[in-house]
Amino acid sequence: MTTRIFGSGIRRREDPRLITGQASYTDDIKPAGLVHAAILRSPHGHARINSIDTSAAAAAPGVIAVYTGADTEGVLNPMPCAWVIPDSDVKAVAYPPIAKDVVRYVGDAVAVVVAEDRYQAEDALELINVDYEPLPTVINPEAAMQEGTPQLHEDAPNNQAFHWVAAGGDTDDAFANADVVVRDTIIQQKLIPNPMEPRSAIATYVPAMGELTIWNTTQNPHIARFVTCLVTGIPEHKIRVIAPEVGGGFGAKIAVYAWDMVTAFCAMKLGRPVKWTETRSENFVSTTHGRDHVEYVEMAANSDGRVTGVRSVVYAGMGAYLSTAAPGIPTILHGLMYSGPYDIANIKADIYGVFTNSTPVEAYRGAGRPEATFLLERLMDLVAAEVGKDPVEVRRMNLIPKFENGHDVAIGLTYDSGDYEGVLNVALEHVNYDQLRHDQAHGREHGRLTGIGVSCYCEICGLGPSQVAGAVGFGGGLWESATVRFYATGKVNVFIGTSPHGQGEETTFAQIMSDELGVPVDDVEVVHGDTDTTPMGWGTYGSRTTVVGGGALALSARKIKDKAITLAAHLLEAAEADIEYEDGNFFVRGAPDNGKSIQEIALMANVAWNMPEGMEPGLEATTFYDPPNFSYPFGAHVAVVNVDPDNGHIVLERYVAVDDCGPQINPMIVEGQVHGGVVQGAGQALWEGAVYDDNGQLLTGSMLDYALPRAHLVPDIETLSTVTPSPHNPLGVKGIGETGTIASTVTIYNAVIDALRPLGVTRLEMPLTPERVWRAIQEAGGHHGHGHSHGHGHGHDHGHDHGH
Amino acid sequence: MKVPIKLTVNGRSHESEVEARTLLVHYLRDDLGLTGTKIGCDTSQCGACVVRMNGSTVKSCTCLAVQADGAEVTTIEGLAQDGNLHPVQEAFWDNHGLQCGYCTAGMIMTVAELLERNPNPSAEEVRAGLEGNICRCTGYHNIVKAALAAAEAISSGAGGG
Amino acid sequence: MYTPDFHYHKAGSVAEAIEMLGHHEDSRLLAGGHSLLPLMRLRLARPATLIDIGGLDELRGIRVHEGHIHIGALTTHGEIARSHDVQHANPLVAEVAGGIGDPQVRNRGTIGGNLAHADPASDWGTIITVMDGSVEVQGPSGSRTIAIGDFFQGAFATAVADDEIVTGIRVPTLVRQGHGHGHDHGHGHDHGAESINGEVGEYAKMSHPASFYPVIGGAVVINAEGGRCVSARVAVGGLVPTPRRAPSVEAALAGQELTAGNLEAAANQLANDLGDEIIGDIFASADYRRAIAPVEVKHAMLHAIGLAHH
Repeated sequence: MTTRIFGSGIRRREDPRLITGQASYTDDIKPAGLVHAAILRSPHGHARINSIDTSAAAAAPGVIAVYTGADTEGVLNPMPCAWVIPDSDVKAVAYPPIAKDVVRYVGDAVAVVVAEDRYQAEDALELINVDYEPLPTVINPEAAMQEGTPQLHEDAPNNQAFHWVAAGGDTDDAFANADVVVRDTIIQQKLIPNPMEPRSAIATYVPAMGELTIWNTTQNPHIARFVTCLVTGIPEHKIRVIAPEVGGGFGAKIAVYAWDMVTAFCAMKLGRPVKWTETRSENFVSTTHGRDHVEYVEMAANSDGRVTGVRSVVYAGMGAYLSTAAPGIPTILHGLMYSGPYDIANIKADIYGVFTNSTPVEAYRGAGRPEATFLLERLMDLVAAEVGKDPVEVRRMNLIPKFENGHDVAIGLTYDSGDYEGVLNVALEHVNYDQLRHDQAHGREHGRLTGIGVSCYCEICGLGPSQVAGAVGFGGGLWESATVRFYATGKVNVFIGTSPHGQGEETTFAQIMSDELGVPVDDVEVVHGDTDTTPMGWGTYGSRTTVVGGGALALSARKIKDKAITLAAHLLEAAEADIEYEDGNFFVRGAPDNGKSIQEIALMANVAWNMPEGMEPGLEATTFYDPPNFSYPFGAHVAVVNVDPDNGHIVLERYVAVDDCGPQINPMIVEGQVHGGVVQGAGQALWEGAVYDDNGQLLTGSMLDYALPRAHLVPDIETLSTVTPSPHNPLGVKGIGETGTIASTVTIYNAVIDALRPLGVTRLEMPLTPERVWRAIQEAGGHHGHGHSHGHGHGHDHGHDHGH
Repeated sequence: MKVPIKLTVNGRSHESEVEARTLLVHYLRDDLGLTGTKIGCDTSQCGACVVRMNGSTVKSCTCLAVQADGAEVTTIEGLAQDGNLHPVQEAFWDNHGLQCGYCTAGMIMTVAELLERNPNPSAEEVRAGLEGNICRCTGYHNIVKAALAAAEAISSGAGGG
Repeated sequence: MYTPDFHYHKAGSVAEAIEMLGHHEDSRLLAGGHSLLPLMRLRLARPATLIDIGGLDELRGIRVHEGHIHIGALTTHGEIARSHDVQHANPLVAEVAGGIGDPQVRNRGTIGGNLAHADPASDWGTIITVMDGSVEVQGPSGSRTIAIGDFFQGAFATAVADDEIVTGIRVPTLVRQGHGHGHDHGHGHDHGAESINGEVGEYAKMSHPASFYPVIGGAVVINAEGGRCVSARVAVGGLVPTPRRAPSVEAALAGQELTAGNLEAAANQLANDLGDEIIGDIFASADYRRAIAPVEVKHAMLHAIGLAHH
């Protein structure tokens, strides 16, 4: 028996083109006759447009056309919001692709210039004269709902975009009768996703055919096609969306963007291919942001630390308009996860969506679930401190006991399978938790501020049953499809509806295929990202591609196998019931040497010389797979930090991630997802955050100001895993794309608070910049100034430590 | 204003007339069609556009094409020799040192120079050497691993290096 | 990403570059371009003419001569960091050069361009200040040398006239006898302050986590004999619009025994040298910079004399 391909950390087949510069991302594509669009964006957070004069720009060298909102109005429909959660009074305010009368955030589009080259287009932007009348702005989502604050939309009083409540049990009773109630105010700062590839679109339009083609940096080309149809009015079957190589998404490439529609508009007007690629500085204001919650959270517990209730009031910033999936994120993907891995009888999430004068908010890696995990793990630490127990002990006593097939939580979800204590034990054993605490205490005696954070999490992934999607207002399905096509030569194409963009599914899906039918993995090619060549799919987000799309593929492969058995029986002149399958070979029981290989079956099926009565030629199968439930990966993470009390500098010394995503198809890829996710979550804890001034100007509007995690600021990530299959999908897999981010922000945050506890610091706002930490220490009055911890705490950030 | 330039890219000489303001990265991508070099930012932070110029890594977004007049430039497309991957390319592949691939060209060019200057770096030195390159996918873990593996491969003479 | 248009001239000699500067209104010199091009790409700077001096080899190179290092203005940070001459004659300068920006910035960015840009927190500004170096400039009427104390006129402003070019930097060597230096850190600290005879220098900085520009930096050069400070020079950057010497700290250190306590006490004199005009931004406010500047200076001192704990 050879090593099973499923579970093998083989090298990615995507890589040869990527390491040699041969891959084509959208901006690398250059159709003949290509012209270039640049978009003029509002420099004001909120303003009325009195007039726009484009005459000088139109006359500038190389300029082909200049369009404003007056040109697109009535031609392009407003941008739709595709997740209108029911019973929540969602205000789907008008979202014109180009603003005509009012701009509502810095970055709102005002005009577009098309020119022969991009330099000329940029030059012409400067010649457009817009007369703005500035209006007052509001940025903070809680402030935006107070009386008398500036109003963004006439039809959204108090800037309320929606109000959603979910509850299970009786939180009023739980809190009234609690021995202990702990509270916190959590600011989930606005984050700017920054996939390394900026957004880009190329549109071509063939008037004679009425056909529009868009190359697009998207996580979901089929949704992009659907929305493009709604906005442009071109029928869906005349639109082709191609997601070529896509350089990361992290949620920021889920939304269907106004700018892509504007690019299409230009192509349709001009009859020439038009490309728009944002600059990074443009990306900071024009591509969706993440998080942006102001949360008031509480936890009720008995005196021994047994948690009886959790509740919140959350003001979730939506930015100036509702982006494609935005309302579902702080609600369905956040409020429904308040039980986490814990058995909590009484839960209530009270969530307001709020318009603010800032870039629209969308999914950002984890999307709602990092925020849920954050508040639970934060409150767990507060309960532990309140009842005087170790944070691990309080967690352990509240974890849901191991289960293999379904567990209902108070908020109404049914988790698939879990062994939360098991994964916690692996983490604690790996770090030798008792020793770690001992070392910490010892260090403190010598003025060394070490902090340890431990988190447990459970997340909702593998989105998800379409019936549930419909019930919660998602404007589409959440099933996936996969077509498996065997050629006469035995080679296989797999066509999938999902659209990976860095996660390596060309490799893992080939592994699934190879594992199911015994074809060599190199004989399988996975095709994705083109609506003309792939079956319908709802996209890659919510850690759903392998769970749902992989499920569709496995089922297609199994259909092929069924057909192959029938054909093999026919060819071997045996009864179907007597045919056995092993490692790509179909044979009569007891005679494995006299069977038919899958390749032989493929040949015979394709030539169809000798088919059983009624069997269609060909060896091809398509499955539309709608999962019966979500998947619920889980894990336990540990972070160790050191803090320099003299200047507030934090060094992340160690990070341990133990995750359970079910069976791993390619452990190397699983680990890679964890590494990246953890560091992205560390970014929120330590460095990242959008900062606006009172006029709505983004002060962290470039990579000079907005700090992304860097190699020298993070340690190696220690990854371990357990395997608890999900009973609810064909492969038992759960998803791993977001776990790292979901757990790491709060794990690191808790570690920092743990480090500072002796100084009396109990809360901080993220990102935990040196100044914030230093100020908190000053305000707590606990600055000890031992002068012992310098050398270490300073680690990488100092000139004298560079490169020696 | 147009300026004539003459330079060698990946061993081939080119004579071009460029607008003075054309950035080297735009010249490579748009004029020569070498799109393996990427643009990830506009403030010289991300390193997606790193190429070698006269042996040294430079951010080709922070260099005018006219400044490359007379230079020898190597891009990611020119790194593999005679169909053999450079050991750093091989190591990135072996160690899953990339996910979406967008930062990869710049990372590989940077690591190649780093290993020429310091053939046996520590993990900490590798991390310090990557200060000018941002990756949003890998958390850097496997990039560091790949760099160390490449150092090992080069010093043991494997991988054609 | 897309700079405004400009006229471009490539200078064949320093004299020609100076002549061009005089002839073209609103012209700027282009060397490594690492200060100018980023601003132009964001259209925050839009000079009418760029005069490319990148090809002027006469402005490149390092010479050590009679107690000084002469560094050509176009010498890159990386060349300085890797120069054995500099490493030997003034390890502090080599070490600082090796910590500027990132490897690509060090490959292209030049010491002359960096100083001419006059960022208040510039590593070179602080280091040349603590070393009491000078800047050579050349203009239509010839060359002159500007002492570093007179060079910076304010944030992003220098004493270099519009038609002058920075041609080189003179930095004194460190007078040292026998003590290992900053680059020894991590190889053990069996030596103590008593073993130091001569000058030791060190630089400690806090860098911005996004830009890697220095936020604040503290540099010290301590001339010691038998564990006692004979004299000291201290400079800080990123606090006021120009790099600044810290005479109060220097005075407090002079004659003192080199103990951690004495160093800290001296560093804490820094406030006397700063005044009220402290720089601040959203990453590090004026209050914060004021408070941690002595910490940086103290760190530099502790490392300089090998008392830092690792």
